[in-house]
Amino acid sequence: MPKLALHGVEKRFGENVVCDGIDLTIEEGQMVCLIGASGAGKSTLLRCINLLEPIEDGEILLDGKDISLPGLDPQPVRRRIGMVFQSFNLFPHMTAVENVMLAPRRLYRKSRSALLPEVTELFERFGLKERMGHYPDQLSGGQQQRVAIVRALAMKPEVMLFDEITSALDPQLVGEVLDVLRLLKDSGMTMVLATHEMAFAREAADKVCFLKDGKVIEEGAPEALFDAPQHPDTQAFLARALK
Amino acid sequence: MTHDKAAGKTRRQIHEDRLRRRALRVAASSTAAVFLAIFLLVPMAPGWDRVKASFFNWEVFVKTFPKLLDAFKLDIAIFLWCAPAITVLGLLIALARDTRNPALFPLRILGAAYTDIFRGVPVVLTVYLIGFGVPGLGLPRPWNSPYIWGSLALILTYAAYVAEIFRSGIESVHKSQRAAAASLGLSDGDSMRFVILPQAIRRVIPAQMNMLIALQKDVALLSFIGPVEIFRQAGVFKSLMANFTPYVGAAVIFLAVTIPATRYADYLIAKQNRERS
Amino acid sequence: MSKHLLAATAIAALSATTAFADGHCADGKTLTDGALTIATGNPAYFPWVLDNAPESGEGFEAAVAYAVAAEMGFAAENVTWVRSSFDQAIQPGPKDFDLNLQQFSITEDREKMVDFSAPYYAAPMAILAAGSVADTDTSIAALQGLVWGAMGGTTAVPVLMETIAPSSQPLLYGDNADVTAAMQAGQIDAALFDLPTALYLSAVVVEGSKVIGQFPADRTENPDRFGMLMEEGNPLKACVDAAIDSLTETGKLAEIEAQWLQQTTGVPLIK
Ligand SMILES: Nc1ncnc2c1ncn2[C@@H]1O[C@H](COP(=O)(O)OP(=O)(O)OP(=O)(O)O)[C@@H](O)[C@H]1O
Ligand SMILES: [Mg+2]
Repeated sequence: MPKLALHGVEKRFGENVVCDGIDLTIEEGQMVCLIGASGAGKSTLLRCINLLEPIEDGEILLDGKDISLPGLDPQPVRRRIGMVFQSFNLFPHMTAVENVMLAPRRLYRKSRSALLPEVTELFERFGLKERMGHYPDQLSGGQQQRVAIVRALAMKPEVMLFDEITSALDPQLVGEVLDVLRLLKDSGMTMVLATHEMAFAREAADKVCFLKDGKVIEEGAPEALFDAPQHPDTQAFLARALK
Repeated sequence: MTHDKAAGKTRRQIHEDRLRRRALRVAASSTAAVFLAIFLLVPMAPGWDRVKASFFNWEVFVKTFPKLLDAFKLDIAIFLWCAPAITVLGLLIALARDTRNPALFPLRILGAAYTDIFRGVPVVLTVYLIGFGVPGLGLPRPWNSPYIWGSLALILTYAAYVAEIFRSGIESVHKSQRAAAASLGLSDGDSMRFVILPQAIRRVIPAQMNMLIALQKDVALLSFIGPVEIFRQAGVFKSLMANFTPYVGAAVIFLAVTIPATRYADYLIAKQNRERS
Repeated sequence: MSKHLLAATAIAALSATTAFADGHCADGKTLTDGALTIATGNPAYFPWVLDNAPESGEGFEAAVAYAVAAEMGFAAENVTWVRSSFDQAIQPGPKDFDLNLQQFSITEDREKMVDFSAPYYAAPMAILAAGSVADTDTSIAALQGLVWGAMGGTTAVPVLMETIAPSSQPLLYGDNADVTAAMQAGQIDAALFDLPTALYLSAVVVEGSKVIGQFPADRTENPDRFGMLMEEGNPLKACVDAAIDSLTETGKLAEIEAQWLQQTTGVPLIK
């Protein structure tokens, strides 16, 4: 059974069909990259998976259970699916460690001191131990994204969603964030990324999906998709993206 | 260049110092000219002696000032019990208007109607209507006190403004902060309480400071329904002595409070602008 | 009433002609030559002015105004009415009236800033009590326990503070209407007014209220003598004083008082 499976997911904003019958399966421990032009619907798809947006039609199965049923309480699901955004991730009025501890404190009713050891360990693992007491505006963009990842991980999610988490970063900071993703993949995390980092997708992804106008045009292993794209739209997109 | 540095200043700094000194000289002389005009020309106006005798009468000032100061204590007391109530009520209204829970829909409508009405009516009318009107329904003492109902009028009016400011603060928090909180599994309530509100409140503190300053002045409106606070006390002196100096005394006392407060609010705003850029 | 008014008009017409023939005292001293501009309150209240229409000459102050004008040599049609608040009356600078009468009490402090004519009326202060306390004993001790109100701009305030010295801080208001509103709302038990006003309010405005006492005139330093207010140093003052003195001597003033303020007797004195 796939960890996450999407069947015919449809999402509309008014007349605008943003996800148009998307099918996608993600196995446990896989890293899947969504690529596609701006406006293709990548972010929206991720937000639908995390139940930040209700879907019109289709189903989203987590461990085979439909989490997209209308009327279902989204909060327990969101705890199992972590998400990191492109920007405005961290809560600016809290230090890095407070950012990370807020959700476990509220949802698992744990005290700060009870959480501190495991949180410290997470910070340590991602090379952020010295930054725990810093406020977001005292951190570089790369550090902020890494703290955001730590914050999502602190909820011990089973799946992680990343929405272009490097596109707001200066080029020299991109590397450190991608390193974190590699580390996560090695630890066996199931991940879905929307990304413009083609080189990274090619190197690290288990599967790459090309989206256009809310549809999956082509998907496959990165070598296959990047080296021998079948669909003319994919070819055109890659020609521009890899230039 | 090198020996400029030896003197502790670069060429540019020396140039800027020269400019600054010149600007200072110009500012000083123009200020002096304006003050000279005020202090020499105004007293030369034909009516100045009358104006002085009736607005700036030292004898009257000395006689009435201590009692005015005493009456001002009542203003402070009214302010002190109104301000927290306004903050709490304003916040509750802002939250009610933000709520998306359908069960609370009536609250949302009421919240909108409430802010429209109380912001649309002059405060003094509200003070009259509530201050005389509600007790007129036949409440027994002490529940018909003008202090209670007058304060309530102030609280209701100011909470309407304060709520709108809170709401604008809540709306100014980027919506992805809500998404980030939700994606962690936080409930709407937790997300509001721990993520949105702290940021919103911080942003609107300077604006709310200005509301408090306005409130401090509007406390005087309670005098219309009986309480002898500084404005009424000054009015009594004015009538008995046929002299406006007590009003000047009251203004001095108000300014002693509001100028530092206004400066502080401006400082907070400037600080916030600096931080944002 | 018509008899009186006729008489007043007749006197006015008569003295007007003689006065102009003589070159009267007020010549050239008024705002407008040949006319007398008189201010009253806005609105003007019963029994001082009837129906807020001083032009009718009805009501005590309206009648006094016409009598004084006639005495000074102004025919009724040469009297112009304007309205003014207390603040307008005392503010420095040129005034838009020659005389201003709206129950202004003559006080030493006020006289430093403005001029007052000789008094045209001396009213005692009286206590208007709400229905709920209408049978309060009129001893000072009993009165002290009441919640008091008064109009903030009047000499009622010092009388209240010095003579009664209430045990709780009195509530003060901007005008008589607010004092009565507070009494009707049950926020105050009693209020101080000049006697004619108190009688009017109890009879017409505040249901169930009663005038429970008046202060003897010698109790305080004559706080209740009403004078016509003029700009400080107004040369007209001598003429106005002469007119009022003459009206007092001839009994004309008493006559007007009897006509408009006759019911002011029969209220117990407070000792
Ligand atoms: N909240 C919304 N309301 C209305 N339309 C929306 C909303 N969010 C997204 N859209 C629309 O949905 C479409 C897909 O947007 P989406 O952000 O998912 O694209 P994307 O593939 O992530 O693009 P990018 O690479 O620029 O991030 C766009 O046309 C966008 O305008
Ligand atoms: Mg996107």
